[in-house]
Amino acid sequence: MVTAQPASRRFHAVRSPHLFVASLLITLLLAVSACTGTNSGGSQPITLNVFAAASLQGAFTKIGSQFHTAHSNVTVSFNFGGSDTLAGQITQGAPADVFASANVAQMNVVVKGGQISSSAVQVFAHNRLVVIVPKNNPANIQTLQDLAKPGIKIVLAAKTVPVGGYALTFLSKASADPSFSASYQANVLKNVVSYETDVKSVLSKIALGEGDAGIVYTTDAATEPNSVTTIAIPDAFNVIATYPIAPLKNSKQSSTAQQFIAYVMSSDGQNVLASYGFIAASQGPQYTPPAS
Amino acid sequence: MAETAATQLLKTRHERRQEATWHRVDWRKVALLLASLPFLLFLLLPLLALVLRATPADILAHLVDPSVAQAIQLSLVTTLCTLGLTVIGGTPLAYLLARGTFPGRTILDALLDLPIVMPPAVAGIALLVAFGRFGLLGHWLNALGIDIAFTPVAVVMAQTFVAAPFYIKAASTAFANVNHDIEDAAAVDGAGPFGVFGRITLPLSIAALMGGALMTWARALGEFGATIIFAGNFPGRTQTMPLAIYLGFELDLSAAITLAIVLLVMSFAILLLVRWALRQRIQTDQ
Repeated sequence: MVTAQPASRRFHAVRSPHLFVASLLITLLLAVSACTGTNSGGSQPITLNVFAAASLQGAFTKIGSQFHTAHSNVTVSFNFGGSDTLAGQITQGAPADVFASANVAQMNVVVKGGQISSSAVQVFAHNRLVVIVPKNNPANIQTLQDLAKPGIKIVLAAKTVPVGGYALTFLSKASADPSFSASYQANVLKNVVSYETDVKSVLSKIALGEGDAGIVYTTDAATEPNSVTTIAIPDAFNVIATYPIAPLKNSKQSSTAQQFIAYVMSSDGQNVLASYGFIAASQGPQYTPPAS
Repeated sequence: MAETAATQLLKTRHERRQEATWHRVDWRKVALLLASLPFLLFLLLPLLALVLRATPADILAHLVDPSVAQAIQLSLVTTLCTLGLTVIGGTPLAYLLARGTFPGRTILDALLDLPIVMPPAVAGIALLVAFGRFGLLGHWLNALGIDIAFTPVAVVMAQTFVAAPFYIKAASTAFANVNHDIEDAAAVDGAGPFGVFGRITLPLSIAALMGGALMTWARALGEFGATIIFAGNFPGRTQTMPLAIYLGFELDLSAAITLAIVLLVMSFAILLLVRWALRQRIQTDQ
């Protein structure tokens, strides 16, 4: 007669299966609790999550470290990206404390979504557009009109990215001007080979020489002086980009968020922005809340 | 053997207790299930949430939208090209890795696995500096008037670079596992090298090859980072489904969700196919 094996013999990999499972569960519980440790207020270390437009990367990183020097318990953690992507993330619940957008439209997406109160929004900087070409200028682009020459490769940002939208505005303004042909915008758009997800990608593609021309902010062009050459856009067709900043309503560090924004608006913050090529807050339009 | 009343009486009280219902429950299995449940839910919940978010009317409305249809078509065409290229170009390479004995074979193996662990953005940058306008090979091509970046060819190249290693790995393992005795027997019977490969090696490896090919296709379908950096983003030309989803996230969330669900359904069908094909193979082998 065959007797069945005792159950414990079948689990022959370990001597005591119960002890194994128990110790596994305890290890896992410890690991999980280590991962989810959080800090609470007071003079405890605070991490401030700032979602900022990609064009602000240089200036805001510097402002962040200066802010940390002034408030040593605060670490400013940045999420840089296309303002449209950031606005989408915030409206879907991403945990931001401060949002700095490259245009009013994306700030208004978040205001309409209810995550930011329109009375809390302030404009902290302005920017202008510029056309960039690789240093060795493979397509020999000398004037703005050259952008409409057939066969050249233009890289723009997607139209929902602020700089992409601004670029389209510039093109339509130029088309309306007598010094450009009426089909200028159409011809330029025919030359576009890629719509990038943020302004830094446009800059990289031109700096690498992959595209013949791109449209970015003057502040971005200034970060790659050795790889790109700029072609200025006259004020008549240029777009004044307006950068608003605001704290999030449900931020867990509201007072720190307010302090950070105050720092950005202060002369220290404004000086850093100016050093990166941004135009002062007062020299352009102010914030317009969404029509309700 | 049926238990008689006498046998029952002869059992000790301990044995009778052991046979009672609650001792028959395997508590180890229950503990395992409870331990697995949270992670299982974590993996399944996002998929469920995605499907629940869209209504069938939404999905149908978006499927006929030209930009959505364009993205789906481009994805299908480019991934099929990627699959073809991978199978044609990857099979000889896999055979070499499986059977060749040359110095540095282990290093070559590891190098060919690199695209799998490489962040896709890094792969994109690497492709750009190799094949871009001023790239290592690219500047020669540019002199000949050939520009690869920003074209569907670049999309296929990006997908192939990140996805082919899956097929090559699977194929080389499969070839290595074919019993040499069977191949030798075929050779003795008069089959030439191509005959041996075609009639012995290949049929014996076909399940694993199919599995590898389907994984390559699935990876190519989901490819984003390398594509957007090397090929750029232009609707109809280089905007595959993953790119359209990313850009649609802000512009039109429901279009993005429709594409996401199409991608999900396609990937799920592929994976089911792999499992089924492999199971069939395992059953017939036994």
